[in-house]
Amino acid sequence: MSGPLHDKIERNIGLMGILIAVAISFGGLVEILPLMHQSSTTQPAPGLKIRTPLEVAGRDVYLREGCYNCHSQMVRSLHEEVMRYGPASTAGESVWDHPFQWGSKRTGPDLARVGGRYSDDWHRIHLKNPRDVVPESNMPGYPWLAATPLKAEDVVAEMRALSRVGVPFTEQDIAAAPAAVQGYTEMDALIAFLQSLKVPKPEVPAVVPPPAPEATAPAEQPAEGEPAPAAAETAAPAQ
Amino acid sequence: MNAPWHWFIAVIAVASIIGCLWLLFSNARGAPGESTTGHVWDDDLREYNNPLPRWWLNMFILTVVFGVGYLVYYPGLGAFTGKSGWTQEKQLAERMAVVKAKRQAVYATLGDRDVAALAKDPAALSLGREVFLNNCAGCHGADAHGARGFPNLADKDWLYGGTPEAIVASISNGRQGQMPFFNATLDPKVADDLIDTVKHWSDPKFSPERRENAMKTFAITCAACHGADGKGNPYIGAPNLTDNIWLHGGSREKIRETILFGRKSSMPAHKDILSADDIRVVSSYVYSLSQNP
Repeated sequence: MSGPLHDKIERNIGLMGILIAVAISFGGLVEILPLMHQSSTTQPAPGLKIRTPLEVAGRDVYLREGCYNCHSQMVRSLHEEVMRYGPASTAGESVWDHPFQWGSKRTGPDLARVGGRYSDDWHRIHLKNPRDVVPESNMPGYPWLAATPLKAEDVVAEMRALSRVGVPFTEQDIAAAPAAVQGYTEMDALIAFLQSLKVPKPEVPAVVPPPAPEATAPAEQPAEGEPAPAAAETAAPAQ
Repeated sequence: MNAPWHWFIAVIAVASIIGCLWLLFSNARGAPGESTTGHVWDDDLREYNNPLPRWWLNMFILTVVFGVGYLVYYPGLGAFTGKSGWTQEKQLAERMAVVKAKRQAVYATLGDRDVAALAKDPAALSLGREVFLNNCAGCHGADAHGARGFPNLADKDWLYGGTPEAIVASISNGRQGQMPFFNATLDPKVADDLIDTVKHWSDPKFSPERRENAMKTFAITCAACHGADGKGNPYIGAPNLTDNIWLHGGSREKIRETILFGRKSSMPAHKDILSADDIRVVSSYVYSLSQNP
């Protein structure tokens, strides 16, 4: 293709730059752009809970201390990881995380399912000096967190910023935040955040279809008292 | 994925491949040495405009063939799911089924023996130890000797009982231990005697007057949980105070902290994390730790 077009592109660096940009943007257009419009990546996972002000503050501490440098928060869909950590992470779990904390480095274990695994007291001891409970650990201690009270205005600012990028905090949530973090330390907040990292569980009533007799025959209201609790009861263990 | 995005992806992907091929073949025409680029340097230096080398061209064609094959076989072309029907979830489910079947086969060799019987079987104990190291060692230590606030499982002292049933219950449902605080209600002078009495419970040389003074308060305040004889109560996890095993430390200062400010201990429930067989073997391992003389 040594025609005039080839000649023109080769002698015009600006045009060549533009065409190069067009050529290499195809990959991004195809692989990234559609993801931003896909329900599996934009809709919260069923049962995903909006963070409490204390958890928001704890997440901020997590970011500030660079926990993500050693801990990921994504259980990959590999059986080894599912056996060790719990159910694989889904994109819908992270839609309210800005920025997400999937991470790409695991010096320590993944934390996406750490909530409820250890007691609060264990976390308190472990964060102060990990060697007190795990002698072979090489994680640094963070003792100052227990001595640093939370700043209410930081939490409010954080929540406002998050609501601006799509986290559905209401005005009441933000207004209640200073009272909710009053008297807590950064250590408390970080532990609350860690304990919140678990598989989102839909509330039982949300997944139980309304009892059929109730929905189809509202006239039978006196008789419906019985089937409804039975349905809820059988559905509960499935969770 | 909705239809516009499906076509967006499919059209760009297919067009890119076709575009690459066109670019490739349009640059592969001609024979070496046929034409020059037209540049001339130093009066007579010219540059051949040779076609792409044949081996390079073939490699490129191979990558295109691979790419097309991939897009036919695997999902990638928009909403097209691929001829193989492969999905990440399906692959995980298949792998999990294989691993679970393998585990099941291993557990099947243990039969339906109970925890106490399994505690005598080295094979069960080594399985139990694996579960322990992965799930329990964080608090109780890799050697099961615990740490301050986290009970030693290898001694013969148990907060909630050391029978196989009690161990299974502790692991499955967790335990919530609570020592209330007496900072507000305890007379400081009595508190002093009480702390020392608890510390020197089994020490015959401890001052009888101070012990007597403390025991009056002990009978009212502490005996409900720890028992009038101080031997504790496994039903509520109240520790035995007469031995020299201290969960939260046995120094005067630590006992003082415990009495004045209380303690809260919590063992998380594991029935949703571990399978029933996991719990059975790890219980047998924990049980075995305190069975050696």
